[in-house]
Amino acid sequence: MIAGKVWKFGDNINTDLMLPGNLLLAPEAEQKKAVFSANRPGWAEEVHPGDVIVGGFNYGMGSSRPAARSLRNCGVAALVAETINGLFFRNAVNFGLLALECPGVHAAFEEGQTLEISIEELVVGNRNSGATLKARPVPSMLLDLMLNGGLYPYLEKQGLIGRFGAA
Amino acid sequence: MGMTIVEKIFARASGQCRVIAGDLVVVDIDCAVMLDMSFHRTQRRTILKVHDPEKVVIAYDHMVPAPDKDSAEAHAYGREFAHHFGIKRLHDVGPDQGISHAIVADRAYALPGTVLVCSDSHTCASGAFNCAARGIGAPDLLAAVTTGKTWYRVGETVRYELTGSLPPGVSAKDLFLHLAGTWGHHTNQNVEFGGPGLAGLSIDARRTVAAMGAELSAEFATFEADERLLDYIRTRNPASFTPVSPDEDADYADRRVVNLSTLRPLVALPDAVISNSVPVDEAAGQKIQQAFIGSCANGSLEDLAEAARVLKGRRVAPGVRLLVTPNTQAVYAAALKAGHIATLVEAGAVVTSATCGACFGGHMGVLGPDEVCITASTRNFKGRMGDPRARIYMASPATVAASAIAGHISGADA
Ligand code: SF4
Repeated sequence: MIAGKVWKFGDNINTDLMLPGNLLLAPEAEQKKAVFSANRPGWAEEVHPGDVIVGGFNYGMGSSRPAARSLRNCGVAALVAETINGLFFRNAVNFGLLALECPGVHAAFEEGQTLEISIEELVVGNRNSGATLKARPVPSMLLDLMLNGGLYPYLEKQGLIGRFGAA
Repeated sequence: MGMTIVEKIFARASGQCRVIAGDLVVVDIDCAVMLDMSFHRTQRRTILKVHDPEKVVIAYDHMVPAPDKDSAEAHAYGREFAHHFGIKRLHDVGPDQGISHAIVADRAYALPGTVLVCSDSHTCASGAFNCAARGIGAPDLLAAVTTGKTWYRVGETVRYELTGSLPPGVSAKDLFLHLAGTWGHHTNQNVEFGGPGLAGLSIDARRTVAAMGAELSAEFATFEADERLLDYIRTRNPASFTPVSPDEDADYADRRVVNLSTLRPLVALPDAVISNSVPVDEAAGQKIQQAFIGSCANGSLEDLAEAARVLKGRRVAPGVRLLVTPNTQAVYAAALKAGHIATLVEAGAVVTSATCGACFGGHMGVLGPDEVCITASTRNFKGRMGDPRARIYMASPATVAASAIAGHISGADA
């Protein structure tokens, strides 16, 4: 069970807002400070580990940059949106960010409410209103990667890439 | 029910007889494209094994020529990597340099009926070649290079049936702006293009539309193969391939007819291209400081020729910087021979070498606070080309060139 405070965003939130181009090659600690700096300055200081993001349609449109990693580095426990852009979804899998599509979620939550997710049933609940919604199913292979740190640890275990930080 | 183009390609590449929307497929990759960014010290991981060096292409494009010492180090690292694993197709700074998606087109590395991946969102540009091509994440690309496989969640497909032909002065970019303005985003969907209007669209024009598929938020943007495409490929790559046509009874989420003859030049207003297109007249008069023609979507020989046509014998307005970036050095050379480069430079344009530079706000044309730019590139998100306070309009190369002459947004004479 995941439960966290909701931050609410609209439709077509793009990757440049989560990871601005001028920081593409900056250290992760610096990238994380700039999340939503263009559309919601100060957010990166206010977000707390365990918080969740509720999004509208086409969350994460844009580039292949590791914007999902920046959300994870900010401590975001999950992203739940009406629909998620395909490439952003891949990077959520890649970098171990739980990302669920859940029809009706945008209208069902106010900012600051508490959202809970039961991973087994993929049910999303609003602790304040009592409403529950069903998230779209995620293939188990992808859910496993999302919940276990993403693709790099998997490739490391297979001996295909070196350990992080190793030369 | 039959299959769409990408469903058929996935069926072959995953060894199944039938693939439908909603499936998760694990497919064999025919071509994996790595970029200079793949080797940057903040991004790279040590690769211990390459599944098949013959299936790997490396193209340096985002940071060329190296704008800083980290990029130079990344280039050196990548050269060493290519040498170590025997990867022959390395497009380094020099005559073979270019934006990866344009290199893949120029050399016809993307073959009809095949699967191609690259860690860049505009990889869908190769969908113009009847290829299932899409951008994946950097970790995905490492998995692709080391295992030879990747996964896809197969989305439903929207079919665009093209009829008629583009009027003079109306380009493929306007077709994209029409699609984005009329139907909005295509999240989790594929788009497929075909119909009698296809024959009149050049390969460069198809590449523009396919590249912009990323901006429709489509998963795959795939074109039917016709004789024009097959000729283009056969003159560039001797490899054998099997083009894929959709089944007559393919299961589409929607079929939409677009009559190219009815299209007019459009402009996307700043910050978004989805549902944000207006006729050029509605944005006309907006003063600009920068105009940019380039990127994997609009840096082709045809785009440069169109810009030269508009700029011939004219001057870029004082106070405006017009930057033009050919998408490959080969296109640069061809434009030089055709006289386009002289026309552009004489008109006051600055022509750069082939790079992603200005398109992603990396280098060679970064915008400052409160500046206004009109661009024939791929994205106008807030902050895309530099300072987040800059405002970016998007249009065709002809409209951008005409605006550079006027000093404000303006339509080109057909
Ligand atoms: S030209 Fe622009 S959109 Fe195309 S690959 Fe380069 S940065 Fe991406």
